[in-house]
Amino acid sequence: MLEQLYNALFVGSVYALFALGFALVFSVLDILNLAHPTTFMLGAFAAYFAMTAVGLPWYVAGVLAFFVCGAFGIALDRIAFAPLRRRSAPGLSAMISSLAVTLIVVRLIELRYGGDFITFPAGAVPSLVLRIGDAVLEGIRLGIVVLSIVLMLGLTYVVRRTQLGRDLRALAENPRAARILGVDVDRAISATFFVSSALGGLAGVLLAFAYNTLDSRMGLPLELRAFTVMVVGGMGSLPGAVIGAYILGLGEVASLVYLPTELRDAFAFGLLFLVLIVRPTGLLGHRAADRV
Amino acid sequence: METLLEFFRTYATAIAVIGISALLALSVWLTLYAGQLTLGNAAFMGVGAYVSALLGRHLDTPFPLALLSGALAAAVIAVPLGVTVFRLRGVYLAIATLAFGEIVRVILLATPITGKGQGLNGIPPKTELWHIYLSLAVVAYVLWRVQGSTVGRAWAALREDELASASQGIDVRRFKLASFVIGALIAGWAGGLSAHLTFSIDPSDFGFSKAVQILVFAVVGGIPNVLGPIVGAVVFTALPEILRPLKDYRDIFQGLILLGVIVFLPRGLVTFLDVRRTRKLERIGAADVA
Repeated sequence: MLEQLYNALFVGSVYALFALGFALVFSVLDILNLAHPTTFMLGAFAAYFAMTAVGLPWYVAGVLAFFVCGAFGIALDRIAFAPLRRRSAPGLSAMISSLAVTLIVVRLIELRYGGDFITFPAGAVPSLVLRIGDAVLEGIRLGIVVLSIVLMLGLTYVVRRTQLGRDLRALAENPRAARILGVDVDRAISATFFVSSALGGLAGVLLAFAYNTLDSRMGLPLELRAFTVMVVGGMGSLPGAVIGAYILGLGEVASLVYLPTELRDAFAFGLLFLVLIVRPTGLLGHRAADRV
Repeated sequence: METLLEFFRTYATAIAVIGISALLALSVWLTLYAGQLTLGNAAFMGVGAYVSALLGRHLDTPFPLALLSGALAAAVIAVPLGVTVFRLRGVYLAIATLAFGEIVRVILLATPITGKGQGLNGIPPKTELWHIYLSLAVVAYVLWRVQGSTVGRAWAALREDELASASQGIDVRRFKLASFVIGALIAGWAGGLSAHLTFSIDPSDFGFSKAVQILVFAVVGGIPNVLGPIVGAVVFTALPEILRPLKDYRDIFQGLILLGVIVFLPRGLVTFLDVRRTRKLERIGAADVA
């Protein structure tokens, strides 16, 4: 029981980090960034590259991957979203262009590393086992939970208390008014993408460390789960995304215990559909669900 | 003549797949034309595929009747689903229909009669090339006629401004539902054809990536008229065949083309067929349709 709660907390933390980046871009720019799972995967591979080809220790590789993914986020915006924004194209176009980037990046990674699962060299990722009574808990997961919570608090601080956060909230409210009031809109958008993608990439690094495995399609299962997390919490609400992530983590671990394996995914999508029908604004959403 | 026959024999499967892709692209075009982004058509395709294959297997249903039942099953599911999800709009609608698709996939994975994860094998290959292209011709013609009719104009009005069209007396919910249900019917029919072409089906054939692929056909081709989705399906199904020598770089080319179309050709590939009209629309800022 303790082990399962522990795993739920761990899975929820990874979902939360991933979904926060997704929700941040959606709340500020109304874009569903379908390349976010690709950033997740890219983070894991950037860390792998730094550890195997450059020989850096795991913690340096993790930090490096964080910044590489942040930079990738800015590039992604310039290539796939900025041109659409200039002609104020509808949201559908941004979904498709981020999908195009996904096709390209996933294939580039496969050309270098192939499409199969790969693992980190033995001993490259520290392993530490905690024993509490009968329960066997992996130490690295606890580290991930703590780190995720620290990062979530950090993001909350940035959004609520700093000038950048005020700029972002102004931008989310009304881009034109924000520009008129002297907000450096382009800088704020780049910052949004940097933070969003850096968090998404870091989530990928952490998951790869915890399971000691990575592959070019590891982001796909998270894409639909991130939708669930965001809808349950309220689209674009950052605290909502965190709450939604832990609800999903808990529910998934519980359904692994109580349901047959074929129904593993049923919880996530059943919950998603139910919330959309019963309460489209989610737990903490305040905006009307019928926005176009 | 001989070389032409040779060509058809070599590429028969590819040509058949192109036709089915075009049907699917038209099925999602309907809702896009009415301004609604739905991603449930892969699941409707799955419903059509499974229902027609199972009827043929267990009840010896004749092929045309099995196809029709598959399509009708998809449409029957689409009615209550549409009534429920069309309270939502935009991204919410897209995600809700996506969730429906995943639920269908999970149900297929968990039900013994659909063969769970293995799916169905040994489906008799009854689909002929002419079945597919006759269906495509009929569907394209009907949709082309509907586009020019009052119904088509109502859909276009809905897309441009829902509130304004409601105030002009257009029954918004009924027209949205109609586009959704007819789309499901077409997708279900295409699913039946596809199942009797490929010998085997399994739940992963009708998942998220299929839903997105269908959307890509329609958007890349262009939403302004029925030709768009057909062009998109032809280009994006034929491209992997043409790029076979460059197999390793195929996805990269597809990605670049997709990006290029979205960034530079907001109205899709059919822009090339109708350059003057497009330029005019771009000047008045109405170039984006979906």
